[in-house]
Amino acid sequence: MAKGDPGVTRGGRRAAPRSRKGATGDPELVQLLTPEGERIDSVTGPDGTEYRVDFTDEEYRGLYRDLVLVRKLDAEATALQRQGELGIWASLLGQEAAQVGSGRALRTQDMAFPTYREHGVLYCRGIDPIMPLGLFRGVDQGGWDPNEFKFNMYTIVIGAQTLHATGYAMGVAMDGKTGTDDGEAVIAYFGDGATSQGDVNESFVWAGVFNAPLVFFCQNNQYAISEPLERQTRIPLYQRAAGFGFPGVRVDGNDVLATYAVTRQALDNARHGQGPSLIEAYTYRMGAHTTSDDPTRYRIASEVEAWQAKDPIARMKAFLEKQQIADADFFADVDEQAKRESVHLRERVLAMPNPEPTTLFDHVYPNGSPLLDEQREQFSKYLESFEGSAH
Amino acid sequence: MATETLTLGKALNVGLRKALENDPKVVIMGEDVGKLGGVFRITDGLQKDFGDQRVIDTPLAESGIIGTAIGLAIRGYRPVCEIQFDGFVYPAYDQIVSQVAKMHYRSRGKLRIPMVIRIPFGGGIGAVEHHSESPEAYFAHTAGLKVVSCSNPQDAYAMIQQAIASDDPIVFLEPKRRYWEKGPVEVDAPLGDAYPLHAARVARPGTDATLLAYGPMVRTCLDAATAAAEDGRELEVIDLRTLSPLDLGVVYESVRRTGRAVVVHEAPSNVGLGAEIAARITEECFYSLESPVLRVTGYDTPYPAARVEEEYLPDLDRVLDAVDRTFGW
Repeated sequence: MAKGDPGVTRGGRRAAPRSRKGATGDPELVQLLTPEGERIDSVTGPDGTEYRVDFTDEEYRGLYRDLVLVRKLDAEATALQRQGELGIWASLLGQEAAQVGSGRALRTQDMAFPTYREHGVLYCRGIDPIMPLGLFRGVDQGGWDPNEFKFNMYTIVIGAQTLHATGYAMGVAMDGKTGTDDGEAVIAYFGDGATSQGDVNESFVWAGVFNAPLVFFCQNNQYAISEPLERQTRIPLYQRAAGFGFPGVRVDGNDVLATYAVTRQALDNARHGQGPSLIEAYTYRMGAHTTSDDPTRYRIASEVEAWQAKDPIARMKAFLEKQQIADADFFADVDEQAKRESVHLRERVLAMPNPEPTTLFDHVYPNGSPLLDEQREQFSKYLESFEGSAH
Repeated sequence: MATETLTLGKALNVGLRKALENDPKVVIMGEDVGKLGGVFRITDGLQKDFGDQRVIDTPLAESGIIGTAIGLAIRGYRPVCEIQFDGFVYPAYDQIVSQVAKMHYRSRGKLRIPMVIRIPFGGGIGAVEHHSESPEAYFAHTAGLKVVSCSNPQDAYAMIQQAIASDDPIVFLEPKRRYWEKGPVEVDAPLGDAYPLHAARVARPGTDATLLAYGPMVRTCLDAATAAAEDGRELEVIDLRTLSPLDLGVVYESVRRTGRAVVVHEAPSNVGLGAEIAARITEECFYSLESPVLRVTGYDTPYPAARVEEEYLPDLDRVLDAVDRTFGW
């Protein structure tokens, strides 16, 4: 999906556009679409950057389609886990706008380093949405090609990937691939809990020192499993960037337009050689951390309801309806497509075969190992010994 | 063929220089590796000649060194990381065992992490705590990593280049107490012909018992063999060179011939490499053995204060004592 650049606007086409500093009730939050679906024409961030977007109607509709599809596929995966088809699932429910907004802001040449919840970004990178389900089903450990799709493997160890992103971004700079409009940029995804990790702080140090073309994209979904944000920090997370010598901005992570604008701007700054930045996408995980925990033990219902009112899809739908960008047929079509794709996903997941037993020995070492080859051979003989027997 | 007499440390330096010359994707990174040339001067002069994008002084953060090197490797570089001392590798342990070791496997071969992690290891230089450890078993236990150690200048020169050229992630253990020992180095010898990277070698042939060692203890075992020869015992010394995977063919052949084996390493004995080697020899050479496989190792204590490290470290006498015991069985 082609997108217009932030910073260029036709302005004032539909809603009564407004410019303002910060967003409703929170001067720290960059917002371009209110929970009620009102468009804000441009917003000035805390560092003075002006954020705006300019999309065609088709592009607005495309973003809405992304949000709905991603939510539906995620819901299907959750259902599959409940039916025993996946070992576990890390749902993105509530974080669709943060992921689609940032994912669509990436250019083809940009590289993303995800954690394990970035199914929406993965979708935006053009990767078959079945891919993460193989990981959570246990038939593989993530089957996509990170180099082909410019989307690295999921990383379970919290924050480890931020260092990989930093090194990769250093390589981009060393390759001379920054400083132009078609330069490359890198994005590292992590959560609020990860900001407590040493690796994330080391990556902040390194990215700053080496002026790496890197955007740190923190989805602050308010909880690290059961631990609330207050257990990770005593200042707003985006403000940490200043201590490492690069800009930080907090964006309404339930606002796909603002997330897109802020991410695109940060990526463009990086690709032009202006170094790293930190985006804190302020959002909320509506479900559990994974299907293994019970959020009712650590969250109160009123908090969840308050965030429900900020739902990223509802506000986009309200906007499209108010501005008459989309009609009932369009919404029905999107719902139908989401249903079709989720049914298709389900069928394919159920058909996923277990890997052949001997494949567990594959790809341990690029150049192999005699001792491992010996073990594989013994294991193969052991398996063959059952042939024709009662086992 | 040009042969030069170099210290082990200088041989590494020359090997690193060759690797930088031969492949523009090779980058050296670590704390103080640039202007200072490393605290042991192993990278001396390299930044001056190759620039600060090829020889990168890093922030003081071991996890950062390894983690960013992973990213560089994904980008197509071949990072050679220096960890300043053995006892400082632990902050990077997660990145090494959870990321470096597993990325090729997890990605089903789509990602390669052709990385070398250089660690000066072992004791004997009178250092303060955390500067004299032998962490090899931690890494040898981890699938996906390969672990090697050089013991002499020739191997240091060749093996560092072979390690850098390999697509396997390699933990490269340098015997810091041997950095200043000199030996002949064939500086234009083709690599990999005489010994591939993962191949043990017979450092001294013998007939009566087999000493198995790597890194700093190879010299100790050679000295022990010289002393034993004066008493009429011919000890074979095998330099394992590769700790993971172990090259056991040479080991089995030797032990079957001599009937006696003593494994020598500085690391503590408990769950150490000696245990693995002894178990494998017992499984494969049981009917050839005249006595149990013995171990001469560091004790199961933290590495001690420098003034008692000579008591901790296996020396010639402890090795010969073990040899006596194998004959007394």
